[in-house]
Amino acid sequence: MNGAATRALDIGSSYRWARVNLFNSWFSALLTVAIVLALVRLVPPIINWAVLRASVNAPNIGVCHESGGACWAFITDWYRFLLFGRFPYDQQWRPAAVIVIFVALLLASCDRRLMGRGLAVLWILGLACVGVLMWGGVFGMPLVETDLWNGLPLTLILAVGGIALSFPLALLLALGRRSAMPAVRALSVGYIEIVRGLPFIVWLFMGVVMVPLFLPPNFFIPKLWRLEIVFILFIAAYVAEVVRGGLQAIPRGQFEASAALGLGYWRQMRLVVLPQALGISIPPLVGTFIGAFKDTALVTTVGFFDLLQDATVGMNDPTWRGAYVEAYAFVALIYFVFCYFMSRYSRYIETRLGKGRR
Amino acid sequence: MAQTADPLYLRDASQRIAPWRNERVRSVAFQLAIVAVVVAIVAFFASNASENLRRQGIPVGFGFLTREAAFEIGNKLIPYSPSDSYGWALVVGLVNTLVVSAVGIVLATLLGFVIGLARLSTNWLVSRLALIYVEFFRNTPLILQLFVWWDVLRISAPPDREAWRPLPGVFISLRGVTFPVPIYQTVYAWAGIAALAGAVAAILFSRWSARRRERTGQGLPSFWIGLALVLMPPILVFLAGGAPLELDVPKLLRFGFSGGETITPEFAALLFGLIVYTAAYIGEIVRGGIQAVSRGQLEAARALGLTRGQMLRLVVIPQAVRVIMPPLTSEYLNLIKNSSLAVAIGFADFNSIGNTIINQTGQAIEGYAIIAAVYLLINIPTSLLMNLYNRYMALVER
Repeated sequence: MNGAATRALDIGSSYRWARVNLFNSWFSALLTVAIVLALVRLVPPIINWAVLRASVNAPNIGVCHESGGACWAFITDWYRFLLFGRFPYDQQWRPAAVIVIFVALLLASCDRRLMGRGLAVLWILGLACVGVLMWGGVFGMPLVETDLWNGLPLTLILAVGGIALSFPLALLLALGRRSAMPAVRALSVGYIEIVRGLPFIVWLFMGVVMVPLFLPPNFFIPKLWRLEIVFILFIAAYVAEVVRGGLQAIPRGQFEASAALGLGYWRQMRLVVLPQALGISIPPLVGTFIGAFKDTALVTTVGFFDLLQDATVGMNDPTWRGAYVEAYAFVALIYFVFCYFMSRYSRYIETRLGKGRR
Repeated sequence: MAQTADPLYLRDASQRIAPWRNERVRSVAFQLAIVAVVVAIVAFFASNASENLRRQGIPVGFGFLTREAAFEIGNKLIPYSPSDSYGWALVVGLVNTLVVSAVGIVLATLLGFVIGLARLSTNWLVSRLALIYVEFFRNTPLILQLFVWWDVLRISAPPDREAWRPLPGVFISLRGVTFPVPIYQTVYAWAGIAALAGAVAAILFSRWSARRRERTGQGLPSFWIGLALVLMPPILVFLAGGAPLELDVPKLLRFGFSGGETITPEFAALLFGLIVYTAAYIGEIVRGGIQAVSRGQLEAARALGLTRGQMLRLVVIPQAVRVIMPPLTSEYLNLIKNSSLAVAIGFADFNSIGNTIINQTGQAIEGYAIIAAVYLLINIPTSLLMNLYNRYMALVER
C-alpha cells in the first residue's frame, strides 16, 4: 500500500515534469511528438547493429556480414595496432605506460592544490619518463626510432608536449603585443596574425616540404621533431591570443599599484599581472588545448601514423576490408573521451571563477 | 604602459641620470637588439635557402605560372583543361574554395542558429538533443568526420538505380549528390534589382521613422514596414512576370541521371562536414550570446512595458549581437581555413591544387608564398576589423 502510494506520487510528479518540460505549448508538444517518432524509427536499428547483431569474435569481415551487425571483432583483433601503430609488438607496454603517464599528468594538472612549482617539477619528471620509455636504449629496453612512435602516444606527445612547450613563447608574444615598444608590438602582432591567418594544414605541408630548404645543407632534423616544432610555433600564436585576453581583463590599477611598489617590468608581470591573467585564461586555454588535440589528427595527411592513419591501415587489411565505421567509431571514441573530459573541466573552472568573482 | 610613460615627476631628473638607466634609451636599445636578432635569423634562413636552391638547380621566380599544368581537376566550377596554365589551375582552386566557403557559411549559420535556439528551448527533449549534437561534433576531429562522410558516400552509398532519396528530387548515390536546380529566368534578375531597391527604401524609412519617433514620441511598427519594403517589390515583380517557377528536376534513366545538378562525393562530403561541424560551434556562440544578456535587462524591459517582440528587438538582440559578432566572424574564418582539409579527401581546393603544383614544379617557396598570400588576403582584413571592434568594445577605464 505504501509502495503504491509512492508510485502514484511518482506518476504525479513525472506527469507534472512532462507538462512543464515536454508539453508546455502546442509547438513544444508537436516537437516532442515528432522527436519521439523519429527516435522510435532510428534507435532500434542502431542498437540492433551496434549490440544485438554485432560480432566480437568473428575471424574475418565475411563472418561479421553474415550476422548483419557491427564487426567489433576487427577492433578486438587490431586494437593494439590502432593504439600503438608499428611500435615493436613485444615492447608495446612502453607506449601503454606513456599513455598512463600523460593521463596522470593531465589529471594532476586539474587539481588546484597542486598548482605552482610542484606541478612544474611533476611535468618535467613525467616528460622525462615519457622520453626514456619511448626511446629506450637504457635499462635493457631496446632503442626505438621516432618513426615508430605511432598511434595515441604520438597524438599525446604532439598535443600535450606542443602546448606545454609553446607556453614560454606564447607568454612573450602576449606581453609583446601589449608592450609600449612599437617594434616589439609590431613583431608580435605580425607573428600572431600570420600564423593564425593560415590553415594548420598549410603549415604542416610547409614544415615537411619547405623547412629542409631553409636549413644548412647536411643538417637533418628527424621528421617527428620537425613536426613538433611546427606544432609548437603554431599553437603559440593561439595561446598568446588567449593570454592577451586574460591580460586585457586585468584592471589598470593592478599595473599601477605594482609599479608604485617599485617593481620592475618583469617582476610586475611575474608577481602581480600574470598570476591573475593566467588564472582567468584557464577555460579558453583548455579550449585551445582541445583544438590542438583535435588538430593532431591532421598529421595523417603528411604521412604520420597517428590514430587516424592506423585506423585507415586497419580497415584496408584484406581480412577486415570495409570495417570503416567500426574503425572510425573507435578513433572517435578516444578523441571524444579526452576532449569531453577537458571541456567538462573547463566548464567546472568557469563556474568556480564565476563564484569567486561574485 | 605605466613604466614607459615617463611620468612628470621624472621629466627633469631624466636629463641627468646615466644613459643606461634612462627609460627611453633602454627601450630604444632593447628594440634595436630584438630587431637585429630577428633580421639575423631571417638572413640566416634566406642564405641557406638560396644556397640550397642553387645546388638543386631550381630557378627562382613566378615564371612557372604560365606553363602548362597538364593535370586534370576533378571538381571544376569554371572551365579548365589540362592544357591550361598553372596560374589558371590556381584560379579554379580558389573558386572552389570560395564557393565551398560561401555556401558553407550560409548553411552553417542557419543550422547553427537553429541549434543554439534549440539548446535554450524549454522543451527538455529538444535541448537535450541539441546538447548531444554539440558535444558529439565539437569533441571529435573535423578530419575524422570528413573521412566518415566521404566513406559513406563512396563506399556505403548505393548505385544510381537504388539511390537514397532523403527529399523528393534529391538523389544520393555512389556518383555523388544530385539535386534539382531552378532554371534561370530573366524575371529573377529584375526581382533581385527590386529587392535591392526595397532594401534601400527600408533603410531610408527606418532612419526617417527613428527621427520622427525622437521628435514626436510616436512610434511606428517600423520593423514590419521595413520587412514589407524589402520583400514586397521582388514578390510583385515575380508575380507580374507571370510567376515563372521551373525546376530542373533530375530523372533516373538507364545510365545515370538527366537534369539537375550533380556534385561529387568529395565536394558533398566536404560541404556537409564543414556545415555540420561549424554549426555546432555557431550554436554555442548563439546560446552564449543570448544568455549573456543579464536578467536585469529583461526585467527592466518588462517594467518599461515593452511587448515581447519589442523586448527581443530592442533589448535582447542588440546586446546578444554585440557578444555574438566577434566569435561568429572568427568561426567564419575558421570555416574558410578548415576548407583546406579538402586535400585529405581529394577535393581540389586552392590549397590542394597549390600542393600539386609545388610537387610538379619544385617551386616550394613561390608556391607557398602564393598560398599564404591568398589566405592572408582573406584573413588579415577581417582580423583587423575584429581588432578595431575589440578595441571599441574592450573594458574602458579612465
